[in-house]
Amino acid sequence: MAKGSDLTIYAYRRENNRVGVRNHVVILPVDDISNAACEAVANNVKGTLVIPHAYGRLQFGEDLDLHFRTMIGTGANPNVAAVVVIGIEPSWTNRLANGIRATGKPVAEFSIEQNGDLETIRTASWAAKEFIHKTSEYQREKCLINELWISTKCGESDTTTGLGSCPAVGNMYDKLLPKGITGFFGETSEITGAEHICQKRAINEEVGARWYDMWKAYQDQVIFAHQTDDLSDSQPTKGNIEGGLTTIEEKALGNLEKIGRTSKYIDILDPAESPKSGAGLYFMDSSSAAAECVTLMAAGGAVIHTFPTGQGNVVGNPIVPVIKITANPRTVRTMGEHIDIDVSGILRREQTIDEAGNQLIDMIRRTANGRQTAAEALGHREFSMTKLYRSA
Amino acid sequence: MFRSTSKEIPHLLVHQKADNVGVVVIEGLTAGTDMLCCITHDNSTFRLIAKADVPIGHKIALRDLKIGDTAIKYGEDIGKIIADVPRGTHVHTQNCKTKRW
Repeated sequence: MAKGSDLTIYAYRRENNRVGVRNHVVILPVDDISNAACEAVANNVKGTLVIPHAYGRLQFGEDLDLHFRTMIGTGANPNVAAVVVIGIEPSWTNRLANGIRATGKPVAEFSIEQNGDLETIRTASWAAKEFIHKTSEYQREKCLINELWISTKCGESDTTTGLGSCPAVGNMYDKLLPKGITGFFGETSEITGAEHICQKRAINEEVGARWYDMWKAYQDQVIFAHQTDDLSDSQPTKGNIEGGLTTIEEKALGNLEKIGRTSKYIDILDPAESPKSGAGLYFMDSSSAAAECVTLMAAGGAVIHTFPTGQGNVVGNPIVPVIKITANPRTVRTMGEHIDIDVSGILRREQTIDEAGNQLIDMIRRTANGRQTAAEALGHREFSMTKLYRSA
Repeated sequence: MFRSTSKEIPHLLVHQKADNVGVVVIEGLTAGTDMLCCITHDNSTFRLIAKADVPIGHKIALRDLKIGDTAIKYGEDIGKIIADVPRGTHVHTQNCKTKRW
């Protein structure tokens, strides 16, 4: 890291002592059929953020657990100041609201049955308005960058991501993990071809063996159980292939550049699970689809996401700023409005990986201090829940 | 490290010495270009004539590759060669395929 570089940030310290970089009042539907009421509340009360989604009815077992873990984690995220929860009936509404209340932040809950949409919207709008008044007086305070939880996942990768943008993220982790940040990486399917390397990047053999079992279970229970072809139309994606990536092995080796040279992961997380083993790097078992993966990591508690892209994935997230970094000069030229950091100098040998890592750390600080990312400015709020199987 | 001067920037980057493919890193590369190639791991350079127009981000064979050979990038196995690839030509889905799935 550059000598004398300033690691202070100005952010929101929450009731549970976690540090957030945004101050959202979220209107959160428990289920798909409560989206309309939530959208009406967000329309009534300016400055609130509604997060509509497709699920939450008749799910069961592990799939239902994942639904609640994702929804509670989203509301509990330190980038969220207060939450209005609306569901069709009171029981699951209360389960979601209480899960978020464990953080100590203000939560109000409303259910639609025996009230109807209009009465629910009326009462929930009053609560939302009170939350806006209360939280808009919250002040940013001096914090340290090591209090941030920072996730990564790349998208629309090409060969330039493995050469430039992913190593830049890896360089950032190699510098900030020793300072005490909490980091997330994942994309289970997309380690295929580099699993022998990823297993060795565990903190010890026991964690590495558990990582391998998790990766192998995905291969056996999902890929081999459902594949109808060799996946060459899906993984790599058509965009990956257009960008020059030929095989999943090549894609995986570039992907793994995101954990740098020295970083080791200390534990493995279920999808949307929050780390419980202290500061350090975690592998989250997750889809490689951009919106799904960022949604799961945000639910796990990440407050900033670093997103290397090659061909130009435009994804964002409702509650977590997504920092886009690319080394592809054509993408900078044709899709510049989506890019926060241009590291194409790496390809021209005008910039080192070390310099690119410092550039990313500087952008993380600026984003934490309030700079709106390209995805935020362009209104990208993709929220996609991972569904494990059909509802009952 | 090797830093570009304003005179010439590399056309092709190679991750590791053991690799048999490299990545085109400029737009509009045409057949016949005498490419400046750089191995990023040790910063060494060499030259190679491009034998095809190859888009930015796509790979070029550093030596003749035969059916059954393994494509090596990052010093690792990235797939099998399924059609002969002469040195200096385009390596992609038409002649290289995953060994998985």
